[in-house]
Amino acid sequence: MKRRAAICVLPFLLTACAGEQSVLDPAGRDAQVLSDLFWVMLAGAVVLWLFVNGLIFYVTRIAPRPLGRRAAEALIIGGGVVFPTIVLGALLIYALSEMPNQRASGEGLEVRVMAHQYWWRVEYWPDGASEPVISANEIRLPTGQRSEITLNAERVIHSFWIPALGGKTDLIPGRQTRMSLEPVRAGQFRGQCAEFCGESHAYMAFGAVTMPPEEFAAWLEAEAAPAKPPEGNEATRGAALFLSEGCGACHAVRGTAASGAVGPDLTHLASRRTLAAGILPMEKAALRDWVSDPARFKPGVEMPGFDHLTDAELEALASYLMGLT
Amino acid sequence: MTDTFSDAPRNAPRDDDSGKVLDETLQGVYPPSEEMLNRPVDPALRARNEQQLRAAWKTPTGWRYWSAVNNSEVGRWYSLTAFFFMLCAGVLALLMRIQLAVPDNDFLSADRFNQFFTMHGSAMMFLFAVPMFEAISILILPAFLGARDMPFPRLSAYGYWSFLIGGCFVLGSILFNASPSSGWFMYPPLATEQEGVGPDIWLLGLSFIEIASIAAAVELIVGTIKCRPPGMRINLMPLYAWYVLVVGAMILFAFPPLIAGDYLFELQRSLDWPFFDPDRGGDPMLWQHLFWIFGHPEVYIVFLPSIAVAAMVIPTAAQRPIVGYEWIVLSAVGVGFLSFGLWVHHMFTTGLPSISLGFFSAASEAVVIPTGVQIFAFIATLMAGRVKMSQPVLWIAGALAIFTAGGLTGVMVAVAPFDWQVHDTYFIVAHLHYTLFGGMVFPIIGGIYYFYPFITKKKMSDRLSKWAFWLTFSGFNICFLPMHLTGLRGMPRRVASYPEAAGWDWLNMISTVGSFIIAAGILVFAWDLLRPKSRQPLTERNPWNAGTLEWSHDVPAEAWGSRSVPYVTSRYPLWEEPKLQERLDDGRFYIPDAPEGKRETIVSSAVDAVPQAAVPITGPTWCTLWAAGFTGGAFILPVFQMYWAAVVSGVFAIACVIYWLWTATAQVPKKPMRDAGLGLKLPTYVSGPNAPGWWGVFITMLGDSTAFASLVFGVFFFWTARPDFPPADAPLPDAVLAALSGLGFALAWGATVAARRFNRHGRAGLARGFIGAAVALACGAGAALALTVLVPGLEPASHAFPAVMCALAVWTGAHTVLGALMLLYCLAGSWFGKLTPRYDADLRNTTLYWHFLCLSGVITALLLGAFPRLLA
Repeated sequence: MKRRAAICVLPFLLTACAGEQSVLDPAGRDAQVLSDLFWVMLAGAVVLWLFVNGLIFYVTRIAPRPLGRRAAEALIIGGGVVFPTIVLGALLIYALSEMPNQRASGEGLEVRVMAHQYWWRVEYWPDGASEPVISANEIRLPTGQRSEITLNAERVIHSFWIPALGGKTDLIPGRQTRMSLEPVRAGQFRGQCAEFCGESHAYMAFGAVTMPPEEFAAWLEAEAAPAKPPEGNEATRGAALFLSEGCGACHAVRGTAASGAVGPDLTHLASRRTLAAGILPMEKAALRDWVSDPARFKPGVEMPGFDHLTDAELEALASYLMGLT
Repeated sequence: MTDTFSDAPRNAPRDDDSGKVLDETLQGVYPPSEEMLNRPVDPALRARNEQQLRAAWKTPTGWRYWSAVNNSEVGRWYSLTAFFFMLCAGVLALLMRIQLAVPDNDFLSADRFNQFFTMHGSAMMFLFAVPMFEAISILILPAFLGARDMPFPRLSAYGYWSFLIGGCFVLGSILFNASPSSGWFMYPPLATEQEGVGPDIWLLGLSFIEIASIAAAVELIVGTIKCRPPGMRINLMPLYAWYVLVVGAMILFAFPPLIAGDYLFELQRSLDWPFFDPDRGGDPMLWQHLFWIFGHPEVYIVFLPSIAVAAMVIPTAAQRPIVGYEWIVLSAVGVGFLSFGLWVHHMFTTGLPSISLGFFSAASEAVVIPTGVQIFAFIATLMAGRVKMSQPVLWIAGALAIFTAGGLTGVMVAVAPFDWQVHDTYFIVAHLHYTLFGGMVFPIIGGIYYFYPFITKKKMSDRLSKWAFWLTFSGFNICFLPMHLTGLRGMPRRVASYPEAAGWDWLNMISTVGSFIIAAGILVFAWDLLRPKSRQPLTERNPWNAGTLEWSHDVPAEAWGSRSVPYVTSRYPLWEEPKLQERLDDGRFYIPDAPEGKRETIVSSAVDAVPQAAVPITGPTWCTLWAAGFTGGAFILPVFQMYWAAVVSGVFAIACVIYWLWTATAQVPKKPMRDAGLGLKLPTYVSGPNAPGWWGVFITMLGDSTAFASLVFGVFFFWTARPDFPPADAPLPDAVLAALSGLGFALAWGATVAARRFNRHGRAGLARGFIGAAVALACGAGAALALTVLVPGLEPASHAFPAVMCALAVWTGAHTVLGALMLLYCLAGSWFGKLTPRYDADLRNTTLYWHFLCLSGVITALLLGAFPRLLA
């Protein structure tokens, strides 16, 4: 405890708390409240720890005057009953009254997330929409408003968590759970599955992007549009390969014959920050490696490897996919 | 000895007016007068008595050593085995730390990493933390109570062998790359769908060990309640004994929900009954509830024994009695109760309603109060006395430093909204290791340093202790303190790897370095514990100048434990009764001899510890080992789908147990009364509520009923959680047959009670007739129960509703078979003279079992026959 306090108090180490996935570097209202709550609780914990252990040190190392029975009982009742009742009562009243705020229902946008082993299907349902905008492995949210997030899982339990924005909620097969998030700052963050979900649990993350509402609206409009046609020879060959190799059986690329729903929607794949649910950078080389042997990066993945393709073919496929912005 | 008492023992049983046979009660003087206690014992008689005792308590030698059942042997094997399993689980942790030392590491594959963390958690919990408490308690509890052994030594041995077999089986799977890999919490649907034998190894192997754990808990509770020395009223018990009671009771009520869960889980895995499959009316959340109703008390089951150790060490360190004894007892009981109301705090992120989260948040915080009371009572004791700093105290102080830090982070995570952030992150990993190291590992090691001279009559090294302490303590903080920050920076638990960009690399490297420093500390400790000490001198008799009875044992050690069973009038007899040691050694107290060459123990009343009997207890045997081996077969073979072999093994196990019971328990004594010394004559046979065996059955059945109640909870859970329970067009269990079965249970129970009554009134023939009728009725009730689900054609694989109905029927059916077997055992006993009107313990215990069976049979009949119709 002492050392932990020292680490976070020292200014040059304050950067230790920063990060795309850090609870202590909040960009959402809920995360901000919880981060503040943490610092308060930490300060209290350090004081109490020093008090109790100082007392133990004192009584074991520095022989005090023996304590009378009444004083001893006062210590037991005061330290064990009265003091914690007051402190914990105050803490509970404050913290539990915050709970409804963080569970409030969202307004405007609803994001429906379906967790698969090991990726996320994401549907955006703007207010009044009759059809969703479908995406995968990335969450975008407008700042300054609370968005509703509806959660489902396909086969096993997962947990949806963007530390910079707020707490996590599990996705459970056969049940629908919900949460809401209210980003206050635009930025790029990382979320991750927090409930152990199988062999590649460690490789089930996602990018999270918060944007000012007007930017978000523009992005959503672009996201709703069909895929761009391939540009150039290589990409066109790639597009043909995509269909002839049967990729479309699992993946949808809206505006083409590929309409599979088993795997992630790839219509605007290259506009995302990461590949393969937050584990690879969105780069051509990574894409090529991934298509050739996905299990190397994500053991237990359902997507088969395409290592029978030649380097040129893989290159073409990657060119096509990188053009899907 | 005998000359102080003139009454001739009565051989014939007494009758009351109605012809009912009465039990003998104690005759003669109790409590003993000071004058009687001062009367010296003739040295020749003393030598003869010692000779008798030594012969009766002789530990088998050579290879027969392994047939020993004495608590000092079994306790030693048990604790060393648990320590060995802890080292294995620790090695797994080190391998995981190597994998996580640097980002994107490929030292371990993801699958192997998942196996390792699953086994690390499972082994630390099921093979180390809980068994270690039971092992140490078996080893030292009798000595706290001035008893010579546990009440059921063979049960301890059976529990130990089961633990060894089950532990090796579960842990050994790691060597074959076949371990479970779904986490120690085994959440379905992930764990129900995992391929291979891993989950089955977990479910069956650990169920086997849990049953052994419950057996040990039953024995510890009975030992504490019924085997205290005369005069040690319940408010004079050493605090350790109070904690044994509380923890034993917690095991009794916490493990059965998990066993019920395991039962459902294994039915789903082997027979595809869909309890946790949402597509067929099941619900994965049912498992989470059952698991955490077990899992949270489990934390306190692990933690309280260490507080118990501290409660023994601290008064000795302060050289004065504990301050606030009553407060500590109340707090321990309070923690025990509260711990059953907290389980949902492991499920704060599952989307439960805010109102339940608020309730469970507050309940979780409330645990601080009893825990705080205990810690402040220790501090007050240290303040009230003059502390002599010794090795055990250093470990206890280190434990408090770590535990208070873990407790304070516990206060943070009990706040539901904050938990939404840190749940399932390294913050929790840090928190739980702070509580478990501070609340278990450090106090246990402190306790080992403290009790080592009692167990081996040698001291461990002061110098090595300091090395071990400072290595473990600093390594621990280097390893786990940074993990709080790792978690807050977003690293989830149970990840096999992490990307460099996440920025968790340097924190993880520090933790890995720390983990190896811990390992070095534990190794120093292990060396100090195990290094040969044959050239080292024996310690003095009471090296720490402690006040409790265990330090009265002889140096060098004698297998008899306590030379005579003392009459105790204070909490710290060695401090407050200066003549006690001399009187004890002289054999002036109770049962200082073994006239029939039998091992015996004093049975006393539950609250006031008035002596009630001096009964024989069981000695060395191989049948417990055989029984454990065959029981192991019955649990292990189904993992490999060898169901018939498992059934055969199970039958052999039952045969071994019957042999063991028939030849060694509730034997008709040669003499009904025994001269116990100090002018007191005690019966040598007890039955009914005075008998340890009766308490054993009663306590076991409380646990068993808890498992049954968990299944019933399952029915109601489905009803509230699922709209399609029962599904609209599903066949319902047959109401008429269910009613018949309920009636059958009631009649069989009535016949059993009648048999017991008639037997007591000396009408053995009539009693046999009623036992026979009860067997027939039990078979009829069981058959009706089976037909209740078979006739309407329930298909348990189709939906959770028929599945849970059939699961209830199978559960109660299996208990009916056992009930019938017990009745047949009594019938045989009556036939062959083992069970007589006076010596009827077997029949009384069977009747007690039938009270519970009748209740669960009727409830099953109602749930099958009436409940679905009320819903439909």
